[in-house]
Amino acid sequence: MSGAEQLPKGQLYKSLFQLTRWEGLVSGHRLCAGCTAGVIVRHLMKVAGPNTVVVNATGCVEVSTTPYPYTSWNVPWIHVAFENAAAVASGVESAIKILKKKGVIDDDYKVIALGGDGGTFDIGFQALSGMLERGHRVMYVVYDNEAYMNTGIQRSGATPYGAWTTTTPAGKVWRGEWRPKKDIAAIVAAHRVPYVATANPAYPLDMVNKFKKGLDALEEGPSFVHVIMPCTTGWRFDPRLGITIARLATETGVWVLYEIDHGQYRVTVPVKKRKPVKEYLKLQGRFKHLTEEEIEAIQRMVDEEVERINKIVGREVIGPVVS
Amino acid sequence: MTLAVEEASGKGLKRPRPMSTNSAIATAARDLDVDVVSAYPITPQTTVVEKIAEYIANGELDAEMIHVESEHSALSAAIGAAAAGARSFTATASQGLALMHEILHIASGGRVPVVMSVATRALSAPISIWNDHSDVMNARDSGWIIAFVSSAQEAYDTVIQAFKVAEDPEVLLPFMVAYDGYLMSHTMEPVVTEDRETVLSYAPKRDYPYKLDPKKPVTIGTITDPNWYYEFKYQQVETMKVALEKFRRADEEFGKVFGRNYGLLECIHCEDADAIVVATTSYATTLKYLINTAREKGMKVGLLRLRLYRPFPVEDFLKATSGVDTLLVIDRAISYGAPVQGPLATEINSLFHSRGIDTKVVSVVAGIGQRAFKDDDAMNMFKLALESRKAAPEETIFYGVRK
Repeated sequence: MSGAEQLPKGQLYKSLFQLTRWEGLVSGHRLCAGCTAGVIVRHLMKVAGPNTVVVNATGCVEVSTTPYPYTSWNVPWIHVAFENAAAVASGVESAIKILKKKGVIDDDYKVIALGGDGGTFDIGFQALSGMLERGHRVMYVVYDNEAYMNTGIQRSGATPYGAWTTTTPAGKVWRGEWRPKKDIAAIVAAHRVPYVATANPAYPLDMVNKFKKGLDALEEGPSFVHVIMPCTTGWRFDPRLGITIARLATETGVWVLYEIDHGQYRVTVPVKKRKPVKEYLKLQGRFKHLTEEEIEAIQRMVDEEVERINKIVGREVIGPVVS
Repeated sequence: MTLAVEEASGKGLKRPRPMSTNSAIATAARDLDVDVVSAYPITPQTTVVEKIAEYIANGELDAEMIHVESEHSALSAAIGAAAAGARSFTATASQGLALMHEILHIASGGRVPVVMSVATRALSAPISIWNDHSDVMNARDSGWIIAFVSSAQEAYDTVIQAFKVAEDPEVLLPFMVAYDGYLMSHTMEPVVTEDRETVLSYAPKRDYPYKLDPKKPVTIGTITDPNWYYEFKYQQVETMKVALEKFRRADEEFGKVFGRNYGLLECIHCEDADAIVVATTSYATTLKYLINTAREKGMKVGLLRLRLYRPFPVEDFLKATSGVDTLLVIDRAISYGAPVQGPLATEINSLFHSRGIDTKVVSVVAGIGQRAFKDDDAMNMFKLALESRKAAPEETIFYGVRK
């Protein structure tokens, strides 16, 4: 617990060297080689520090970090079930609030709920909405690997158009997932919570500052950070390419990095010249069945989304595709 | 029913006030100074939560109420709150208990001392908002301590006892206090309530030993492989035995402090009975009210009211029934297609058989979906119990149904 220094409220990181050497998630966990979840959660914990309770939904991070009798967690951590991290976190936060009021505890711990896309977009959606609507001071972080990876790559509401999964295989009739990804951050933002952001482990400074802002916002209410998490196993890529692919997601406009801070929408990583979406898709086995026409269709979907975001911002913050 | 109860100290009389069982339970939560209440409305539980909300709104109880969006979240939040060290309470019924089912097992496996009241109600389909025990019987193997109570007073007292037992560091199991929806939940009875100071000295708040405290981090809810999982479950088996004795002692101590206690089960006229009727909740109250009438008519019957259902008070039960050759067990739920279709009757049959006891067990299912069960019906149970001594029906009797 010693040696942990967190930035004071309101301050942001100028460099990753400002991060504490203290680890909230320590080595020895069983995440896949090349998994990007470890990077995300490790940074998250460095920003949050030891005075934190983590509520984890069932999923890759939960099973990989707590194989009894071992644990990778240096903070109090609880896992109850798949669909209820937000509800459990509501209970933890309420308990801290009342126990502090009654003088039983003196500290005000931060509460972080952590879930994958399945546990957040799908089965945990109702509990998440309830937690947000009731205004619990919990930061919810979703690590989004765009399918049910823990159970073996089944599609979720976060699976993007065209992606192969074991339940949306590419065959003669089906061509992978045929529905677009659910816009979970926009749905969360509709709850009018103080802070919502998208993040990417390939942009670690942007990511840690979003965790920081999300935690700072807890004095007012819930916050939500949606982090893209390339999955070597499910996305079918060489384990060394995780961060490369994550960076391409933003460079191609597939994963726009923005925040909605007290209603103010801001793209935090502008992209002047976009790379073609094909560059992102071609490194991933889950898209290898796509024809040129299908890739073109995905490019058009990304173009439309970029146009929509530029309209919100009021200027061309994400530029055109330059091959 | 007595209208005034003599105080344990003998100094004077405590005046009972009219209360429904729902109201009595809410008042127990108030007097226990619960810290977090998380609940979702469901008939006939609603007035429990309404009353608690009223107590908080009036400043009579300082607690956080979490207005959750489902029962699944109600129990999840209650677990989170208890794990963080708060005294945590919830209440439900029927579909709500069914929706919680997944989390029931996690509360007990996670050793989280949540207390929950259940206003028992039938399960859909077809939808019925009325009473039977289908909901609790579906939850009987979830590892909770389960008590069936028979009056509003007993409900008040048992919720207090429940916290004492559940939060005991040698127990740490969730506790369910079940009573009949409508028949009890919405029926006014005289209830004596106790002052908070005495309640809290009887059931003091304890420091949850595995609480989520950054000063001493713990990991709760790990993935546990075949080399370990079984031992976790066996600890629950062993702890149930501890819970039985802890509950017995908690009840006795309650009697010393407050002048009322109930035992793990109650047996009336069992010593010289030819046959005994086994019942729970309000049915036991109706039968208790009529047993003297039956006796006056020359019917040598006894009544066994089962109060603690999980853990099952095996030795107490065997002792209480040792003198009879026939038991009639009233079930308020159906185990469809089972060899004996009353779940409680099945358990009692199994207990007798495993001990080599040849007491006959007559299985009667009654009051499904709150099909009326009145004085005449209660008398019929006594009659049927005696008649069964000569020729016991082989199959479960579905009493009161139109075939």
